Amino acid sequence: MAKTDMAKADLAKTGAAKKTGKGKKDILTMAHLVHQFLTDTARRDPDRTALIAGDARRSFAELDRESDAVACALQSAGIARGDRVAVMLENSIEYVAGLFATLKAGGVFVPVNPSTKADKLTYLLADAGVRVLIAPAALARQVLPALEAVETPPAVLWVGAGLPTGAAGLLPGLRYADAVAGQHRQPVDPGLIDQDLAAIMYTSGTTGRPKGVMLTHANYVNTSWAISTYLENTPDDVVMCVLPLTFGYGLSQVMTGVRVGFTLVLERSFAFPMETLKRMVQHRVTGLPGVPTVFSTLLGLDAAKTADLDCLRYLTNAAAPLPAAHLRRLRERFPQAVFHSMYGMTECCTRISTLSPAELDAKPASVGRAIPNCEAFVADEEGNRLPPGQVGELVVRGANVMRGYWNRPEETARRLRRGPQGETLLFTGDLFTQDAEGHLYFVSRKDDVFKCRGEKVSPREVENALYELDGVLEACVIGVPDDADGLAVKAFLVPRDGASLSEAAIRQHCRGRLESHLVPKFIEFRDSLPKTDSGKIRRAELVEETATAPSPSLPRSQRTYGPPAASAQSGALCESFAGEGARPAAASVPSPA
Amino acid sequence: MRTATLTDTTLTAPALPEIRAFIVENFLLGKDSGFDNSESLLESGIIDSTGIMHVVAFLEERFGIAVDDDDMIADNLESVDRIAAFVGRKQELRNAA
Repeated sequence: MAKTDMAKADLAKTGAAKKTGKGKKDILTMAHLVHQFLTDTARRDPDRTALIAGDARRSFAELDRESDAVACALQSAGIARGDRVAVMLENSIEYVAGLFATLKAGGVFVPVNPSTKADKLTYLLADAGVRVLIAPAALARQVLPALEAVETPPAVLWVGAGLPTGAAGLLPGLRYADAVAGQHRQPVDPGLIDQDLAAIMYTSGTTGRPKGVMLTHANYVNTSWAISTYLENTPDDVVMCVLPLTFGYGLSQVMTGVRVGFTLVLERSFAFPMETLKRMVQHRVTGLPGVPTVFSTLLGLDAAKTADLDCLRYLTNAAAPLPAAHLRRLRERFPQAVFHSMYGMTECCTRISTLSPAELDAKPASVGRAIPNCEAFVADEEGNRLPPGQVGELVVRGANVMRGYWNRPEETARRLRRGPQGETLLFTGDLFTQDAEGHLYFVSRKDDVFKCRGEKVSPREVENALYELDGVLEACVIGVPDDADGLAVKAFLVPRDGASLSEAAIRQHCRGRLESHLVPKFIEFRDSLPKTDSGKIRRAELVEETATAPSPSLPRSQRTYGPPAASAQSGALCESFAGEGARPAAASVPSPA
Repeated sequence: MRTATLTDTTLTAPALPEIRAFIVENFLLGKDSGFDNSESLLESGIIDSTGIMHVVAFLEERFGIAVDDDDMIADNLESVDRIAAFVGRKQELRNAA
């Protein structure tokens, strides 16, 4: 049915084009750049609501005009083809307008999580060579020190009027409100082609310093087509986005939304789930992309049992596998909705595979098959294809594969190799098996990176922060199975002789230095840590130890919003992921972005 | 994380300074940035959605109140002022019961 709607929409579009005699021109200007989707949709369906964020709304025509205005401001600030523009905003209309403004101006979009601390912001601004930063005035306290620390500071476009008390004097830079005021102007065409970069998405790596994943317009154009095809999106969809838009999975909702022309409801966060639930009912939401934490929170709300969510026709899960018990309860609660179990990573424009809802019962542990116009296979170290059932590295070829890591030719060379047809192959670093029908099963990461609440954790990054404490002699960070987080961050610490370390002081230090998902949930003090002969800490031994030990009890202050019978579900988690013969600790982390 | 020292649950003294102190201590490394009590803690990046859960756990422990699903809304928890007012309402309700 949905496909028919799409076809009808296409017909309607062609018909309209013929009537106005613009048929030929439309073919010549077939969208091949991300922002052309917005302009096309604004022309085709100007009054449809593109975005709802709290009380604010924008139609496609309004969003198109607003992003034109911001694009003009960016061009006046000197942005031209290939220049990086960072957007450090929470989910909001300004975020989306800032994204399309960047692309229209010819720039490369660099999303920055608004909870990024000054140190890391300094690093990101310098690494990406950001020329303009779009940031909220309310975050001036984090932003100003970073601007001072970076050698060539970017110009700043401040969003929001509310200057925080304590931010002395006037902030240097431009105002978003000024940029969108006044007469409508169109930005100068920067002459992009689809090989130009659209975005640099930062992702954690083993080194502890995030790397910038370069994605082109062609990557997004192709991947948004593939995703909206298998989700059967139509302009009548209303998709609820609680995922941060600075995260690939969140951003892809915007990309498919403007392409298909559906309405996206943006939530600032999932901090107040009851409010989100009310808005899901109010806006008659048809699609809910989530990660396990979102679904476990939703299942834990009594009000969700009676809320009228009959319009909900699909749910998607990615970033980590959903515990089998949660999946069962979700399907009971929303029998009318189909469930897509997906897998991907930032390096592949966030999407690699998806399990067809029809196969969910037969293959619940699989993340499905490669998305349209993408191939994924399991290979040995040399890149030779392995027969079904054998464990090897997942290799991806297709229109979704990144250009490489920004300014990191060596790391790029490790991940991207030439295929037999001269094409680019991505070696994902994830170990998989594939069955005879091509269905993929995640086994573990090749490196130590794991996922907590769907976000990558580089143990090294957390350990670096821990080592800043004088009292820490040795630190080792691993992921331990956890109902709410997928894998929770656990730190093993050896205190220095005579040092007094308290859990409270350690967490407090970490909260000031790291994003919240990186702050250790569990801390264990040891007299020593297991070592190799060369004196390296044996992380794998600690992982194995915790995989067999009973789950640590949660300190009350660490409570996470989740279903009430949390302890009853840990059995389900083990049942669904340990059954594959993989170590539970590793197997509960299917990677994607 | 600060542990509740004295849990005089009948206490009705203004909760605001304690709430502010908890946030400064736990989310700003003990350095008060001079943020306004009416400022949105989420928008100004002082705490995020996980941080809210820490605050809620603190409120329950320190002030002996129960925070329900329905209480988890921005109107109650967005700023120090709102949190203090929320705690006040909860305490009144409990004392009236």
